[in-house]
Amino acid sequence: MSKTITIDGVTRIEGHARITIDLNDQGRVHDAKFHVTQFRGFEKFVEGRPLTEMPSVMARICGICPVSHLMASAKACDELLSVEIPPTAANLRRVMNLAQLVQSHALSFFHLSSPDLLYGFDADPATRNIFGLINTHPEFAKDGILLRKFGQEIIQILGGKKIHPAWVVPGGVSEPLTAERREKIIAGIPDALDRAKRAATWLYSTFEKFPNEEAAFANFPTMFAGLVTPQGNIEHYDGALRFADNTGKLVAEFTNPYQYRDYISEATENFSFLKSPFFKSKGYPDGIYRVGPLARVILAEKCGTPLADAELKRFREKLGRAPASSFHYHWARLIEILHAIEKIGELMNDPDILSPRVRARARPNRNEGVGISEAPRGTLIHHYKIDDQGQMRWANMIIATGNNNLAMNRGVKQVAERFVNGDKLTEGMLNRVEAVIRCFDPCLSCSTHALGQMPMIVELRGPNGELLDEIRRD
Amino acid sequence: MTMSPTTKPPAESLTLTIDGKDVSCRSGQTILDVARENDIDIPTLCQLDGLTTWGGCRLCLVEIAGSSKLFASCATQCTEGMNITTQSDRLLNYRRMILEMLFSERNHICAVCVSNGHCELQSMAQKLGVTHIHLPYRYPKLTVDSSQDRFRLDHNRCILCSRCVRVCGEIEGAHTKDLKGRGIKTFVINDLDQPWADAKSCTTCGKCVHVCPVGALTERGTAVSEMAKRRAFLPYLTSMREH
Repeated sequence: MSKTITIDGVTRIEGHARITIDLNDQGRVHDAKFHVTQFRGFEKFVEGRPLTEMPSVMARICGICPVSHLMASAKACDELLSVEIPPTAANLRRVMNLAQLVQSHALSFFHLSSPDLLYGFDADPATRNIFGLINTHPEFAKDGILLRKFGQEIIQILGGKKIHPAWVVPGGVSEPLTAERREKIIAGIPDALDRAKRAATWLYSTFEKFPNEEAAFANFPTMFAGLVTPQGNIEHYDGALRFADNTGKLVAEFTNPYQYRDYISEATENFSFLKSPFFKSKGYPDGIYRVGPLARVILAEKCGTPLADAELKRFREKLGRAPASSFHYHWARLIEILHAIEKIGELMNDPDILSPRVRARARPNRNEGVGISEAPRGTLIHHYKIDDQGQMRWANMIIATGNNNLAMNRGVKQVAERFVNGDKLTEGMLNRVEAVIRCFDPCLSCSTHALGQMPMIVELRGPNGELLDEIRRD
Repeated sequence: MTMSPTTKPPAESLTLTIDGKDVSCRSGQTILDVARENDIDIPTLCQLDGLTTWGGCRLCLVEIAGSSKLFASCATQCTEGMNITTQSDRLLNYRRMILEMLFSERNHICAVCVSNGHCELQSMAQKLGVTHIHLPYRYPKLTVDSSQDRFRLDHNRCILCSRCVRVCGEIEGAHTKDLKGRGIKTFVINDLDQPWADAKSCTTCGKCVHVCPVGALTERGTAVSEMAKRRAFLPYLTSMREH
């Protein structure tokens, strides 16, 4: 008597997805899949448009991480123009990218995932959310909200608006920073650091309370991928793309972005609109790798900023160099928030940051360009081809979340096997299945549905369609 | 200003009412001219001081007492005793409808347009309170002509106001630009419907780009929101030629 449990849609993630769990005759989990149920079509409908519009068009892929797409797209466009952008422009882009990382990580950790950690995975879903947090832990909730604000305001100060700023352009940025606006950014740093430190301290005191989740939340050996600086430190804007094995040992590294095609292939599955990239030489699906905060802190020798490095040290003392459980994405995320705030401070104090030289102007000088950057969720690749007049002919994008698709699917199965019992469903079981997805902080739609409490009905039916059990979240 | 020695008959002075206000003007003046002289705002898109009247956008429609028809104020001369209404619910509805039709006819994606924030169609829609397009979008598949070295013609954004055609013929004297086709199949063309780069009559002066009210004619290399138009040249050139 096999059955299928469907979780539709998955809540407290960004975008729309469905999870199905197939049970075997004994009521045990046979298989589980993560279905991404939306289709966007950006790669197709940009064909024919001028390349100069690309950063802003591609930013519309997402309302939460538009800056990530601005970065990868603008870098691909810089390639098409064959320019090296002024160093100040690169640093200003870096600041915006880090600000975006802070706000997005804060959203993932505080708003979406922390309710599970604070209240437990079996707590009442009516209060296991950000509003519950505001009621019972107002200071904690405030830290999350104000960290988001810190990041979002820097984006606004630099780009004119918080979402979809048009300031990042092919060749650099459209406007230099003024001293007055720099002071505004600097003024927010100490408070943001305090809040981030507080969150890291809290997580450190808490994460060991979840040994079962740690053991089963996508806990398996995979490769890791992410950008690193020339010194091998953590990097989010530009650097070499490094692949390491499950122990953190270097497998491959390249600096020429065009080489991504030598290392990554994309597979499609008929159950999901999200493609499954894999490490080419290991084949599909053995070439599974993970990206994002956990991958980045594993790949990097260090962060290069004091507070983040202290936290990274604590992380490695507890978990070793390359923890296999995706549960630790949360901790890695907090390390990155600390690093990003510190790094923003460092860049803001660079005397050249106010330089008026922020844009290299050129015509299209190449027909193909690739841009790689690190989105909050991981490595993001934009690859464009244009005609001689500068109009788009072809685009391929590997979105950060896509890189984690294989791991998310395997993670869903692992956690379902560990927690779901077909005899009697509980909401807490299914919440854990969703929570493993939340660890990866997937940005599926890249829509603005940040806090969707979408209606969810899970039905457990027998072979003749009789309703055996049902859980509703209307 | 020097008066021409060949004497024209002195202009007849007229009195009329616009929105309840008694105004006077000279014969031959249009309702739009007189309204503007008296600080009465009538919305326009195709009209541009310094170019001949086109009367194509129909946004400047007004009501004249005694007639059930609506009149394009840019192309209607004042007559003695006219009683004109420039603002009414009926006019506002028509004006909004015209804008909605313009938005739905081609692909006007403000958020990612190079003219975002500097677009007359966009600001007119804001001014007249257009919040939704009630007509289905047509989403036509149109081309972009990027062949020209400095400028770009994006048919997706064109509203067929013909300002480019007029400035090219009347001010620059090149007459590179014109319109082909009729109705919804009308398109701006260069010379004999050639790629812009092949239009030998084009002097690359850029006047067409800067009179274009939307993001249809733009400078190449501009990113989203960067295409602010410079119009100061037009009244200057016009007055230089008149006098």
